[in-house]
Amino acid sequence: MTTFRLNGREVTVDVPGDTPLLWVIRDEVGLTGTKFGCGIGMCGACTIHIGGRATRSCVTPVSAAEGADITTIEGIDPEGNHPVQQAWREIQVPQCGYCQSGQIMQAVSLLKDYPSPTDEEIDAVMAGSLCRCMTYIRIREAIKKAAATARGDASNG
Amino acid sequence: MGRLNRFRLGKDGRREQASLSRRGFLVTSLGAGVMFGFARPSSANQIFPLDRSLPGDGAFEPTIWCSIAPDGEITVNIIRAEMGQHIGTALARIIADEMEADWSKVRINYVDTDPKWGLMVTGGSWSVWMTWDVFRQAGAATRTAMVEEGARLLGTTPDKCTVANSIVSAGGKQISFGDIVAKGHPSHSFTPEEMAKLPLKPASERRLIGNAELKALDIPAKTNGTAIYGIDAKVEGMLYGRPKMPPTRYGSKVRSVDDTEAKKIKGYVRYLLIDDPSQVVQGWVVVLAESYSAAIRATDALKVEWTPGETIHTSERDIQDRGRELINNKAGGVYIFNDDGVDQAFGSAHTVMDQEYTCASVLHYQLEPTNALAFEKDGVYEIHAGNQWQSLILPTLAKSLQVPESKVILRSYLLGGGFGRRLNGDYMIPAALASKALGGKPVKLILTRSDDMQFDSFRSPSVQRVRMAFDASDKITSMDYQAAAGWPTGVMAEAFMEKGVDGKPYDQFAIAGGDHWYEVGAFRVRALRNDLAEKTFRPGWLRSVSPGWTSWGIECFLDEVAHRQKKDPAQFRLELLTAQGRNKGQAPDSVGGALRQAAVVRRLMEKVNWGKTSLPKDTAIGLATTAGQERGMPTWIGCVAQVHVDRSTGVVTCQKLTIVVDAGTVVDPDGAKAQTEGAALWGLSMVLFENTEIVNGMPVDRNLNTYTPLRIADTPEMDIEFLPSTEKPMGLGEPGTTVVGPAIGNAIFNAVGVRLRHMPVRPADVLRGLQNS
Repeated sequence: MTTFRLNGREVTVDVPGDTPLLWVIRDEVGLTGTKFGCGIGMCGACTIHIGGRATRSCVTPVSAAEGADITTIEGIDPEGNHPVQQAWREIQVPQCGYCQSGQIMQAVSLLKDYPSPTDEEIDAVMAGSLCRCMTYIRIREAIKKAAATARGDASNG
Repeated sequence: MGRLNRFRLGKDGRREQASLSRRGFLVTSLGAGVMFGFARPSSANQIFPLDRSLPGDGAFEPTIWCSIAPDGEITVNIIRAEMGQHIGTALARIIADEMEADWSKVRINYVDTDPKWGLMVTGGSWSVWMTWDVFRQAGAATRTAMVEEGARLLGTTPDKCTVANSIVSAGGKQISFGDIVAKGHPSHSFTPEEMAKLPLKPASERRLIGNAELKALDIPAKTNGTAIYGIDAKVEGMLYGRPKMPPTRYGSKVRSVDDTEAKKIKGYVRYLLIDDPSQVVQGWVVVLAESYSAAIRATDALKVEWTPGETIHTSERDIQDRGRELINNKAGGVYIFNDDGVDQAFGSAHTVMDQEYTCASVLHYQLEPTNALAFEKDGVYEIHAGNQWQSLILPTLAKSLQVPESKVILRSYLLGGGFGRRLNGDYMIPAALASKALGGKPVKLILTRSDDMQFDSFRSPSVQRVRMAFDASDKITSMDYQAAAGWPTGVMAEAFMEKGVDGKPYDQFAIAGGDHWYEVGAFRVRALRNDLAEKTFRPGWLRSVSPGWTSWGIECFLDEVAHRQKKDPAQFRLELLTAQGRNKGQAPDSVGGALRQAAVVRRLMEKVNWGKTSLPKDTAIGLATTAGQERGMPTWIGCVAQVHVDRSTGVVTCQKLTIVVDAGTVVDPDGAKAQTEGAALWGLSMVLFENTEIVNGMPVDRNLNTYTPLRIADTPEMDIEFLPSTEKPMGLGEPGTTVVGPAIGNAIFNAVGVRLRHMPVRPADVLRGLQNS
């Protein structure tokens, strides 16, 4: 049995401890916004937050999540209106959309570390998130827009 | 709708808690006000925006393509797959514009298979082009019916009415489309012949077509985890399956299976030998388990011995050598063009240029691995999966299952990438057969990434031989173009092949682009079918199909000719784009012909200050231009790439891509730009970052540890411009891919004088070229 908090709710699962967290979230809990891409932590489609840090859930065993605070794309904002999500819609970033949950989770984490990211910082942090539709130009633009929105909110109190 | 089981939902539309507690999942406390997934419409159809549902009773359906409900909601039926093009939004604009609909009332419905829809295929950049006339006519029919009934309800005649924004007005009175349906009895239905005669709006009166302000209806769901892809489909009681992949694509026979170790995996259920009557899937063993993670492990633990197929030792080089052999044999192949005088021109030529260009195998790596959920219900097999060519795989599925086609239905889902991989629905077959073996029980088959790459129907490696004859004054007298590759259409959709000038069928998707629009004297184009490629793997359609590699031969070759003749490569092309004879173009698809390609090149030259740039050492620009995908549907496009070559490492960096496009009328300006961005970067990825090689009968790459598509840091600055046009809209999903490779190849030559004739461009090849020069 492993117990953790998922999107603010405590959950307990009874699965082998080495089951990847990705499959626990998708198939046991039933939240399918987190995606399976490569299975080796190199595409970023499965990115979630554990303790606020972007983590690849496909290579994270559920046993490592014991007591952890986990957030998925479904929990990043109650109304789906996180500044990053808003920017993603305004810039019309997604094409097929399959990688975008992971991109958004990585971008949210990026903005915590770099509130005003440069292109180089964006490229470095987002390097692990593959977009096969190649929406990269818009990802860069949307991250900067979300950063501006977040800074504006902060300075306006 | 019979589809409630696609997603278990509670009465309030939320996912039921019951589904959260299966297999030992316990909710131990409920946090207040916490999001745990979003509500979805109870119909569970693929409808966007997500908060809408299908119309109830009383909706008026003037054609099969749309309906208007008494509340005014307009539902547009989309038979194309949504895989990132926002195609439903683009098509809905066309019908809604002609209908004079209120856009805020429009929703799109991605439908399941039904014979009434006709050909269901999403590929070739065809969707807008092939729907343009039908949807404008359907919109006009709906508008006509609304005006007729609106006029009656307003006590007037149709000729006294105006219509805009879903409202019919006359003499100071007005009535909405919804009220017309609710209060009146619109019943006018139209035959296709009647629809074709209806007057259509002039381009100047369009409000939705070409409107840059409208947003794609499917995007919000793709930002919050609510978008449902094939891999997300689930039904109660389903088993999860994963294949144990055989050593060759064809001909492997299972000798023995030992599941001693697999049985030790918790959740392992059993294995199945897949015997496919259609012979599409050969030598598969499918492992079934109660969870997908158990299926992954049990498959790893299962021991299977095969007698491999005959291509177990075939390599990429073997296949390319076979291509060369076919090209060098004067017999065989199919002639797409074969003008009089080619042999004569070459026989009497003052000089001949003769070059070979090769392109490596390329994998799709669509981010959602192939998967399908299959089960039998009331005698009908339901296959839940994302797919691009339902009409192609349905008969094959029927053959595999040995049931009539009417007993198979495909449920539509979003595609986590198409790029042509899902034109081939072969991945549905083993799911269907596994379900059949279990008496129709639901089986969800998912390929891991490595399974998916081994089972990919990837882009065939290709060989092109390009020859040109010149007279004593260096005038071009003839061109002879030949290309050999595996033929995807030959293998998977034989009836879809076109006929050459010799009456023989050929795969247009394995030669298109070779039949360019330049004036080159007597012109011959010959397509060769690489039989060894087709024995070894299942050649696939990959984004931009053959124009993604024929352009490498044609456009690099033309630059070589220009340099040899000491001409500016852009001016040289303009001299050949004169729209004579077959290159004149014809209405409605290629009005203006090659002159439109010339206009694209001229605008590109202006944009980049062609011929007047001053760039640092080892940095240069190069140009390429194509007519997009097919002569019958030309998207005129040109690209200038700026590259820097590092002489010490051989690494080529693309700094900027400038692209000009004439695609006729642009229905969705932002979507057109997005498609061109993605397509061009796909082209850049194929020339500098990704490719594979066949080793021992299989693509050698199995995941991102060795397969390295372009990433964000590799993305150059981009400048994309669409030329204004009111001509019929052409395609945009792929043309951007076709021009980037040769533009890069030509820029490398301009930067460091190294001519590369193999795609991809590898640093080692650049270094070798530098050493030799």
